[in-house]
Amino acid sequence: MQTATTTHPAEIHARALRIAPSHGLLNLRLREVWEYRELLYFFVWRDIKVRYKQTAIGAAWAVLQPFLTMVAFSLFFGQLAKIPNNGLPYPVFYYCALLPWIYFAGALQSATNVVVEQQRVITKIYFPRVVLPISAVLGGLVDFAISFGVLLALMTYYGIAPTAAVLWLPVFLLLAILTALGMGLWLSALNAFYRDVRYVVPFLVQFWMFASPVAYPSSLVPERWQWLYGLNPMAGVIEGFRWALTGQGLPPGPMMMASTAGIVVVLVSGLIYYRAMEGSIADVV
Amino acid sequence: MAVAIQVESLGKRYRIGQRLRYHTLRDRLGYALETPFRFLRGGANGGSNGKRAEIWALRDISFTVNEGEVVGLLGRNGAGKTTLLKILSRVTQPTAGWADVVGRVGSLLEVGTGFHPELTGRENVFLNGAILGMGRREIARKFDEIVAFGEVADFIDTPIKHYSTGMQMRLAFAVAAHFEPQIMLVDEVLAVGDSAFQKKCLGKMDQVARTGRTILFVSHQMSQIRRLCERCIWIDQSRVRMDGPAGEVVSAYEAAQMDSSEESTGHSFLSWEMAGQKQTLRDGFREVDVRMQLRLSQPISQGHLGVGILNEANFTVVGWGFDGIHLPAGLQEISLKIPMLPLRPGVYTMVCSLFDRGNNLTGGQLVDHWYATPPLMVDTAPLAHPQDRWAGVLNVPAELQVNETVAVGTSTGQ
Repeated sequence: MQTATTTHPAEIHARALRIAPSHGLLNLRLREVWEYRELLYFFVWRDIKVRYKQTAIGAAWAVLQPFLTMVAFSLFFGQLAKIPNNGLPYPVFYYCALLPWIYFAGALQSATNVVVEQQRVITKIYFPRVVLPISAVLGGLVDFAISFGVLLALMTYYGIAPTAAVLWLPVFLLLAILTALGMGLWLSALNAFYRDVRYVVPFLVQFWMFASPVAYPSSLVPERWQWLYGLNPMAGVIEGFRWALTGQGLPPGPMMMASTAGIVVVLVSGLIYYRAMEGSIADVV
Repeated sequence: MAVAIQVESLGKRYRIGQRLRYHTLRDRLGYALETPFRFLRGGANGGSNGKRAEIWALRDISFTVNEGEVVGLLGRNGAGKTTLLKILSRVTQPTAGWADVVGRVGSLLEVGTGFHPELTGRENVFLNGAILGMGRREIARKFDEIVAFGEVADFIDTPIKHYSTGMQMRLAFAVAAHFEPQIMLVDEVLAVGDSAFQKKCLGKMDQVARTGRTILFVSHQMSQIRRLCERCIWIDQSRVRMDGPAGEVVSAYEAAQMDSSEESTGHSFLSWEMAGQKQTLRDGFREVDVRMQLRLSQPISQGHLGVGILNEANFTVVGWGFDGIHLPAGLQEISLKIPMLPLRPGVYTMVCSLFDRGNNLTGGQLVDHWYATPPLMVDTAPLAHPQDRWAGVLNVPAELQVNETVAVGTSTGQ
């Protein structure tokens, strides 16, 4: 790399934006993301607008997917396999877990693909590329809200009133968003370079579900392994959702702490990796 | 005068293949085991066998642009003009050197970036505006003007997938034309659209230039450059070849294109035009005489020439192959006579490949392969279905007639 040998006007020093080969792994430039919040808003808005265009039943898909999965789980894991249910009716037990899980799985998939899908925009216009996975992760929240309505109906039907624990719900939702974002950052940057990632993600999501307390309560995991189990961020999130909504199951404890630590690691490393790769994404995508 | 852009020893290196294909993980795994950190740095580094060719798309570029200057960038395809604009707009990073930019930069590397077919014209104006870098309020303020400029007022609430290509283009231009950053980087976007609309856009650019904005402008149309720019930078083989008053640089550039005594650049293709109509086709039913200037460093015997015309979707609308070609070395003109060329209005790319000692079946030894620039513009009245998705690729008229002699009760598909 060459350094400047010519002198240049002082005024340009003060106000200029310097374009040069980048270095420095730890400069995450988060303030720049804030400056581009309006673009972020438009990306989310477009996602939501076009999501169910030209589908016959539109946003009903947001409800059908978790609902039918819940029916299947209640039938096979509940009625047939008699998985312990924390004393909850199976439909409520499963729906509480499927709600964050389906959001997470969807957000992860769209965050993985967003960089490749938006390749035209990426190769033509500058904006902090990190806006793309963030928008992908936020776009899924509308579906989440719609399917949340069904949960309220289910709980009313079974006469389950939320306890004060429900105040924790936004925290768990935030953790789910951050987990999806952290993983999404890793996967979308990798996907720009290696399209293999696209084929890996569906498997990853499937295995991850078995490693999370979606189909079973985490109390089935022996106590001395709980902390290890909790390193899976979604374990804490899902168990937290059940507990916050119904007051049943495990309240946040060591597992939750391990999960939060896991989320921080995934998110920060994801940001660093994504930022480091950002400069060359437009050259390879 | 205040400096708007200062570029110093700027360089950009691409690894061959980096832009052309993506890697599969398998390609890299063996390599990754040796150097895990390189692997994590992805496509920017390394390769499966460590031997990869490099290309400097730009090398040692230095210049300064003052505030309010309108500067044209000249150079043949692949010279590095677009790469320079991409670096200045921060789409891609330089490999060496630096550039300082003072003021808000807006880049128009294409028009209609981010348009979504399912969204209405109105929604796309806001989306595209936001992607270009306009604020929501700014777009709302200019909205009526944009719609009027694009001449799409009646369809503004219709999803743009129902628009014709022409309408989509006009709307996209209209947004771009109302984008007013302090520094504007424009890449050939004015080269499309029908000629009346092109004039309107040029007029708008003229107007913008007069308001004291700094503009860096790439075009292959010398008339546009002469009209808009006072200064030109000619980029040749990744370096600045000449920088000075527009008139002088354009003349020197044109002279170099024609001058056969010029040392060979390794490319055979120099220029092309259609006899009597330059690069714009206005009548698809007359004979078209496509003339291409070539410079060959070696004679061709028993050669093969392939010519294809591709539409905007990169679909080969028509292609020809000619065998048994003999061409002496030096400056040549070849003439391709096509009895008619009824293409839909739009922009087309002419692709040619020249082979030595080969034919249609064997191909032979590739001498050169080029995209004829500037692109072929087809500016004819549309004769087929008004909706693009039904119109196909040919622009031929049809007449429907009801024949009354058909017996009653017989079903015909009228």
